[in-house]
Amino acid sequence: MIQTAEKLEGNEVVQWEAPLRAHESMSTMVWRRFRRHPGAIAGSIMLGIIILTVILAPLSPYDPVTSDIPNRLQPPSLAHPFGTDQLGRDLLTRCLYGGRVSLTVGFMVVMITLVIGVPIGAVAGYFGGRVDNVLMRITDAALSLPSLLVLILLSAILRETDLPFFERNNVLTIALVIGSLSWMTNARLVRATYLTLRGKDFVTAANCMGASSLRIMGRHILPNTVGPIIVASTLEMGYAIMEEAGLSFLGFGIQPPTPSWGNLLSNAQEHLTKHPWLAIFPGLMIFLTIISINYIGDGLRDAFDPFKVLKQIGEV
Amino acid sequence: MGRYIARRLLQAIPMLLLISIVLFALVNLAPGGPLAGYSRSRHVKPERAAMLKRQFGLDQPVPVQYVIWLIGNDWMKVDADGDGIAESRGERRGILRGDFGFSFRTREPVLGEIGGRLLNTIYLMSVTLIVVAIIAIPVGIISAIKQYSFFDISVTTLSFMGQAIPEFWLGLILILVFYAWLDNPFTSEPLLPSGGMHSLDTGFSLLDWAKHLILPVTMGAVGWVAWYSRFLRSGMLDVLHMDYVRTARSKGLAERLVMYRHALKNAVIPLVTIFALDLPYIFAGSLYVELLFSWPGIGRLYYQSAVKRDYPLLMAILIIVAGLTILAGLMADIAYAYLDPRVRYD
Repeated sequence: MIQTAEKLEGNEVVQWEAPLRAHESMSTMVWRRFRRHPGAIAGSIMLGIIILTVILAPLSPYDPVTSDIPNRLQPPSLAHPFGTDQLGRDLLTRCLYGGRVSLTVGFMVVMITLVIGVPIGAVAGYFGGRVDNVLMRITDAALSLPSLLVLILLSAILRETDLPFFERNNVLTIALVIGSLSWMTNARLVRATYLTLRGKDFVTAANCMGASSLRIMGRHILPNTVGPIIVASTLEMGYAIMEEAGLSFLGFGIQPPTPSWGNLLSNAQEHLTKHPWLAIFPGLMIFLTIISINYIGDGLRDAFDPFKVLKQIGEV
Repeated sequence: MGRYIARRLLQAIPMLLLISIVLFALVNLAPGGPLAGYSRSRHVKPERAAMLKRQFGLDQPVPVQYVIWLIGNDWMKVDADGDGIAESRGERRGILRGDFGFSFRTREPVLGEIGGRLLNTIYLMSVTLIVVAIIAIPVGIISAIKQYSFFDISVTTLSFMGQAIPEFWLGLILILVFYAWLDNPFTSEPLLPSGGMHSLDTGFSLLDWAKHLILPVTMGAVGWVAWYSRFLRSGMLDVLHMDYVRTARSKGLAERLVMYRHALKNAVIPLVTIFALDLPYIFAGSLYVELLFSWPGIGRLYYQSAVKRDYPLLMAILIIVAGLTILAGLMADIAYAYLDPRVRYD
């Protein structure tokens, strides 16, 4: 077992900690490594600030929906740091409320991809054979769908149906639509782990002791997939936010007057040349959120998989 | 190798069928069906709605509609006038024989609507991908070779930013800067055009076409340059620590030779697969580009058809794109098997 390895950073030699330490839980170990990743820490702080301000949005003195025509299209000022839109609504307030929608959609999509992807991957990997073949062909088919086009199709269909629930393309509908096309990464990741672990001794042992397949899959193998799943889910949250923004930008996502970062940008298009702040700020919010999430994901990946880092710096 | 290709081709067919069934069911099982917008409108008389339904074959059960859509109905009798007697021969030939039906909106054959626009999209995508390759490949290699140098760290930071920029926002900002803010110092016109493939009033000029490409290509390329340079960097780093690279170095080969003859070849192999997997996303990205820059391509056509609920056109574009994606995946697998002798064909 590797106890220490050295990593060359610039010209100085940095001590690299051992991948395994006795009496250290997985979470402590991951946290210890995560802390070392400057990008991940900066990303966490930034995302923390964004989440906090978004939660505190009701403290804003302005209402996100009521119009205030005399104050329309004001450029950024002290009273309105992001300016106001064509109905005189404070853009900062709308960005914060939009952030609630966008982040909620992102979080819900992650949950949906877990609920669909993990069982499919687990069953395919654990049972193998024909079950695996069928499930993986379905996964492949879903992967070769042009996802943005199908997203547009699904929301166009749901928008005109008379189902009471889906009628207005609300947050849950959009999350379901995006989630139903994003579970494949999880399924493949989980399948790969189950495929490697199902022949291991601890699985045979559990089997001999009479554990059911369900118990082995859930209790014995599942914990081993946590690392990759956390990393993939973090990145998935970023993709989901981007996809929701894109859909709403096209007019197929969250419908105004409910603000979301995407439909704020959509609204900004016609005012682009004269009132550019309408386009700049919502996009900046998306950009900052996603870059934070990606840095966090990168840090988590390194923290869960030190082997890869060690391999890249040539120590293994 | 021949058997491998044949087997993969045979696997692709059920997959495409599965995709087509799912998409067809989605479109046709939605409450109200594809004509929901029509039949709810008060301006359309019920008789006319019924006639439209019959004309588009929507009065049939969905599985029958699927079969007709797939292989046509010219081999069976259909009831064209709605009197309950099937008397005339059908006229649809089915998508397997190149008949994608008629657009709800223009009543023109779908394939004619798609044809020219598909070429416009392919033209835009090809230029974008060439630009991506020209920038991303050298950048990825250099930053792997000079790992942790100033260049590498700046590239890594920039590529994080490039991957986080929403494409549609980038397009808006590009229009803002290069169309609204910056002027051509000689003519005081906007520096770059904000839409279209070429100017309408003047004749053909290469410079004019090139000018119309700059902003759309930039918008489409940034994210992919970021992603591929990062991908190539990590692929190159993986390869650089392989035993055979050490062997090459220890027998005294020049570093250049080791890098370009030994390492690079193996580092680009995974790129083939990842590129095939990315194709649908590249295609989707071009939808934003085409919309923002009024590019008469297939993505913009798809968007317009979705707004107008022109389902035959939507279905046709979806199937064509899915088919192209599966084909690209197939070619990537074959190329992979050819490039990497470790891949077994059986």
